[in-house]
Amino acid sequence: MATVLPPPSKRQRREEVERAVTQQDVTPISAADLGSFRTNFVDSDGNQMTDGDIEINFADASEKNISTLLNTLLGRDREDFTPYRFRIHIPGKDIIVDQFPTDLLGLLRKHGVENPFETTLTLSAEPQSVFKVQAVSRLGHRIPGHGQPILACQFSPVTHGRFATGSGDNTARIWDTNTGTPKHTLKGHNGWVLGVSWSPDGERLATCSMDKSVRIWDPEAGKQIGSELKGHAKWVLAMAWQPYHLWRDDTSRIASASKDGTVRIWVVNTGRTEHVLSGHKGSVSCVRWGGTDLIYTGSHDRTVRVWDAVKGTLVHNYTAHAHWINHIALSSDDALRTAYFDHSKEIPATEEAKKAKAKERFEKAAKIQGKVVERFVSASDDFTMYLWDTNSTKPLARLLGHQNKVNHIQFSPDSNFIASCGWDNSIKIWNARDGKFLKSLRGHVGPVYQCAWSADSRLLVTGSKDTTLKVWDVRKGTLAVDLPGHEDEVYCVDWAPNGLLIGSGGKDKAVRTWRN
Amino acid sequence: MPQNEYIERAQKLHGKRLDTEERARKKAAREGHKQSENAQNLRGLRAKLYAKERHHQKIQMRKQIKQHEERNIKGAPQEKEPANPIPAYLLDRANPTTAKALSSQIKNKRAEKAARFAVPIPKVKGISEEELFKVVKTGKKIAKKAWKRVVTKPTFVGPDFTRRPVKYERFIRPMGLRYKKANVTHPTLNVTVQLPILGVKKNPSNPLYTQLGVLTKGTIIEVNVSDLGIVTASGKIAWGRYAQVTNNPENDGCLNAVLLV
Repeated sequence: MATVLPPPSKRQRREEVERAVTQQDVTPISAADLGSFRTNFVDSDGNQMTDGDIEINFADASEKNISTLLNTLLGRDREDFTPYRFRIHIPGKDIIVDQFPTDLLGLLRKHGVENPFETTLTLSAEPQSVFKVQAVSRLGHRIPGHGQPILACQFSPVTHGRFATGSGDNTARIWDTNTGTPKHTLKGHNGWVLGVSWSPDGERLATCSMDKSVRIWDPEAGKQIGSELKGHAKWVLAMAWQPYHLWRDDTSRIASASKDGTVRIWVVNTGRTEHVLSGHKGSVSCVRWGGTDLIYTGSHDRTVRVWDAVKGTLVHNYTAHAHWINHIALSSDDALRTAYFDHSKEIPATEEAKKAKAKERFEKAAKIQGKVVERFVSASDDFTMYLWDTNSTKPLARLLGHQNKVNHIQFSPDSNFIASCGWDNSIKIWNARDGKFLKSLRGHVGPVYQCAWSADSRLLVTGSKDTTLKVWDVRKGTLAVDLPGHEDEVYCVDWAPNGLLIGSGGKDKAVRTWRN
Repeated sequence: MPQNEYIERAQKLHGKRLDTEERARKKAAREGHKQSENAQNLRGLRAKLYAKERHHQKIQMRKQIKQHEERNIKGAPQEKEPANPIPAYLLDRANPTTAKALSSQIKNKRAEKAARFAVPIPKVKGISEEELFKVVKTGKKIAKKAWKRVVTKPTFVGPDFTRRPVKYERFIRPMGLRYKKANVTHPTLNVTVQLPILGVKKNPSNPLYTQLGVLTKGTIIEVNVSDLGIVTASGKIAWGRYAQVTNNPENDGCLNAVLLV
């Protein structure tokens, strides 16, 4: 039985009323004599954003105020204001503070800046997404239907209303998440459906299975298109669609990775195998198709290979890892997945315009210092991750810190952060530019299987063996919402590209959607 | 030195017989003949015992031969699909499944509502207070002062228990009959683990016995299952679970229980 506190005494109540009535003494807060500092703004590549230094009063130096100031200086209308977050370069040192403090003066003093009023502070401004995703907080629907555990799931890039799952009962299903009802059951596979993947335009759904085949479906009609894509000698573990802006000859292509050590590239319209990328000596656990027509594969033979998708030749072979590669993430993953769909809901009319928009979105996501450089990160069983750049054979950084196998890794949609999760029950957040460790999110009591970012990169959802989903506030590094409800391990989780819903599935066979 | 190592001692002092090796070899060589003779000629109970022993030996022998044969097979082993569907990232991993199976079975079972109140031993023999308590007479006027009782059955006494002053102590729970751990069996997995007892939830005979922590057959106890890695629906590690005592601990000297699922 919980302890019930006695009701407040009369004296306590009187004091309470008095406290509420009398005005607070606010003099120490509005200290006009805090002094001011000078600052110059640079963008994330280090270029000057404004001419000369700007003087700001310490009393007014909140992140929001500075963001408004910067927008005004850049001559934007109030409608076009972009929210910024700032990193503080401590003058005279190599330290960059990621989190904007409530007490800026105190922070400077703490870092040994003797006279904060006379030094010029450099603030690097990172634009935030103009929309904000609210953290989900409750169970939207629990939809039973699958007869076996759900192994893979993905939201359609078009709308949060379509959700595809693959299950151990040899079917994939498409759900209508608006009404919480099943839409289609895609029957045909003879083995567990290990992966589901929507095409970037949302018109096709691909599934891969233990029966060594890949099948392409029409998600609206719920019918299979063409015959199954056969050719692999063993289980097909993962798939990747060709990015939308690279589609040529009026057809899309899909790459599938198999346990037999090969990756096959299929022409979707004809079902023909275009290339067989062989070379891996072990099961290929992950495949990604980059926006510059490169294919990235990670394998149990400890290598990450990069292939040219047009010619089907090997470009790079990275051999830094000491154990299986579990997962690969690209900095442009989110832009490639959603192609020309963005928060504005404007869909270009013509094919050319769609491709142009998809390409523009990809380049925006992959641009570093004005150049399109695709970065990728590989997670491994050797407890480490490597951050790679396709231009060099050396890793940019080695991400050390996990105490057990790293299972899943994901770039944030604005490609500023990397989230990694693994068997040590923790999620770690890394800086995507230099691979520096930022923070550790703890709270799960079992291995964390998968994670997914919200579209605005402010929130992260993780699914774990401990049967819960947890939503994290990445900037604060705290748990935003705990989502219990699954009755068993959560195998897969996905956040809808528009941020409205989270979908999850696991060993308890029921699909769950979560909303705010 | 124990008395029965005299042979080793003798060997150390005087060495072995010169023909030891040969005698051992010959004995081993005759082993087959000896077995054959026994098999043919033994009669009655001895024949029965002999046949039984020989039967076990042959089973072991066949198992070993099979193992050797399997070892000699060349080529790739048969690809085995795991029994329960698991996602691609868990394939090819040796998963420790036992504790998990345990918790999911518990969950499946709990979904059936009727199972919530079912216990393995539904009917329990009642124990009267006369049987449970022995009267201790105190004080000088022996005839009148018989208000003190000794519990004659095993009990669980919590770790924070301190005895009351002698004057106020009505029930004495003897140290020799106290238990801290129970051998808890999971009914469907047939796994037995020794777990610390957290408390006595209910003794069906009498609420007073529950209060005193008396452990008799059919008593529901709470055990600490944190080692098993069972997780609750909200993702916390389950700590305590109920189990029912299945034996008469005062007869056996140990406490066996079965986990309630």
